[in-house]
Amino acid sequence: MTVRPVRRKRALDVPAPRAAARLRPLPLAAALAVLAAALLAGLLVGAAGLPLGGVLRALADAVPGVRLDSGLTGVERNVLFELRLPRVLMGALVGGMLALAGAGYQGVFRNPLADPYLLGAAAGAGVGATLVIVAVPGDPAVGVPLAAFAGALGGVFLAYALGSTAGRGGSGVATLVLAGVAVSSFLAAVQTFLQQLKTDELQRIYAWVLGGVGSADWRSLALVAPYAAVSTVVLLLHGRLLDVLAVGDEEASALGLSAARVRLTVLVAASLATASAVAVSGLIGFVGVVVPHVVRRLAGGSYRIVLPLSLIGGAAFLTLADLLARTVIAPGELPLGVVTAFVGGPFFVVVLRATRGTVQT
Amino acid sequence: MTVRVRGLDVDLAGRPVLRGIGLDVPAGGWTAVVGPNGAGKSTLLLAVLGLRAGRGEVAVAGRDPRALRPRERARLVAYAPQHPGLPAGMTVFDYTLLGRSPYIPHLGRESARDRAVAGDVLDRLDLAAFAARPLGELSGGERQRVVLARALAQQTSVLLLDEPTTALDIGHQQQVLELVDALRAADGLTVVTTLHDLTLAGQYADSLVLLSGGRVAAAGPPGDVLTRESVAEHFGARVRVAPGPDGRPVLSPERPC
Repeated sequence: MTVRPVRRKRALDVPAPRAAARLRPLPLAAALAVLAAALLAGLLVGAAGLPLGGVLRALADAVPGVRLDSGLTGVERNVLFELRLPRVLMGALVGGMLALAGAGYQGVFRNPLADPYLLGAAAGAGVGATLVIVAVPGDPAVGVPLAAFAGALGGVFLAYALGSTAGRGGSGVATLVLAGVAVSSFLAAVQTFLQQLKTDELQRIYAWVLGGVGSADWRSLALVAPYAAVSTVVLLLHGRLLDVLAVGDEEASALGLSAARVRLTVLVAASLATASAVAVSGLIGFVGVVVPHVVRRLAGGSYRIVLPLSLIGGAAFLTLADLLARTVIAPGELPLGVVTAFVGGPFFVVVLRATRGTVQT
Repeated sequence: MTVRVRGLDVDLAGRPVLRGIGLDVPAGGWTAVVGPNGAGKSTLLLAVLGLRAGRGEVAVAGRDPRALRPRERARLVAYAPQHPGLPAGMTVFDYTLLGRSPYIPHLGRESARDRAVAGDVLDRLDLAAFAARPLGELSGGERQRVVLARALAQQTSVLLLDEPTTALDIGHQQQVLELVDALRAADGLTVVTTLHDLTLAGQYADSLVLLSGGRVAAAGPPGDVLTRESVAEHFGARVRVAPGPDGRPVLSPERPC
């Protein structure tokens, strides 16, 4: 067999694609358009309907250096800026963080079923929140986010510490998942024990567990936005490395990657994203697993695509889910976690069927 | 680039796997590591790659791969595993591009040159038409060539191949080994392979190392290593060994009577 030393001339045949998988402008623009539409719908629709033109002008007016008369009444301005906008932004932030973290966990564990709560973030946050609700007198709105945030990170840290001590020399990833299961069960038991001590707080604990962004305000947004920003930057930078990690630790090492370092960095960033979401929204399932899968189906499996589009898609999805949560049985509200599963489940099935055989995940 | 191993001991989970291994591969040479299942062949390759700790000397082009940073190591020696992880949805081009990892900045992206190298490698291995195809849709022979393409994209002068002919039919086995030999001749690559098929190993490699029970049982030109006696002793197999047309040994199994 002969080996050509130089590239063959291709005169007539179609050149094969020579570009790496990466986020193309079209899918990105489409995702951003969906997100923008979702955010706008979130702002306009509610108990008090707001006019589209007025909202757009009021938003433009809020940009420094722009002066526009929105024509909104004082009450409408209040609804927009003190209720709707923080709530919509919080929904987007939480959804984006959960989906991004889910994609990161799936990459690190090379397992499509990994979700942001896999390593004990949910159970840890549950313990933290419950502890504050049952043990700290006064307004839980202040302490619960901090305790949930700390609990989520504590749960992950516990699982990681346990997993890396037990898994020394063995298959690290599987041990880590098992440690996560063990830590989650243990912390869930602690949480149940705590709530049984004070059954009169069950209602509030239950409301937190079901999750929601109804109590969002600018203060809570400011609390978690910095963490969300840091983890977003770190995770988005790791797309290519997660693609390398997809061939397995040993091969990734042979390709010059420090697999352990990449895994730890992504885990920390994804856990930080999860903790910032959980701190302000309680436990919202489904988003972290399903959004990355929908993205894979529609746009491709490379983490350079999955990570950014999960961020945008998760934000849009949760914004819309929250819109439903607060309008379907208005003036009552559905728990957000119920809506995500109720709407997202069938939607996922539709996407799975529609894209059958197109992309392997 | 030479590969040199002296007095290498490797333990896995407290169990001795390799003991006192010596290996010398001259620049541009092809050495095949043969031996029965569990003899430690794959472990030896991983030790040469610097991914298995062990006592003793390992030198690739005079440098100890265990002491190198992963990126430097991956520019020195490339590796194609026996059971590669092949993400089903990844395209052939993207998979080949993974071989450029040691040249891409940690958090950066591949350059036009990285893409050109990956494209050229695919051209050379007649895989250009497959560039956009997902790995999950390849046949066994195509997969082997793609794994080889990824290793070649690393542009190292030492190539370690763990059972490159696994699960290939006889035609594809020859095709892959011919390809490796042609690349070796064209680029002056130093090649170390493990090979199950002793006749194939004897046909292609300049030198064989027979591992048995974690030790080197024999080493040298194929005709010296592959004898009726050594195959009986280390593989528990009855074979007839006859010199082929080029003088290299050809093994024919004989049914015990």
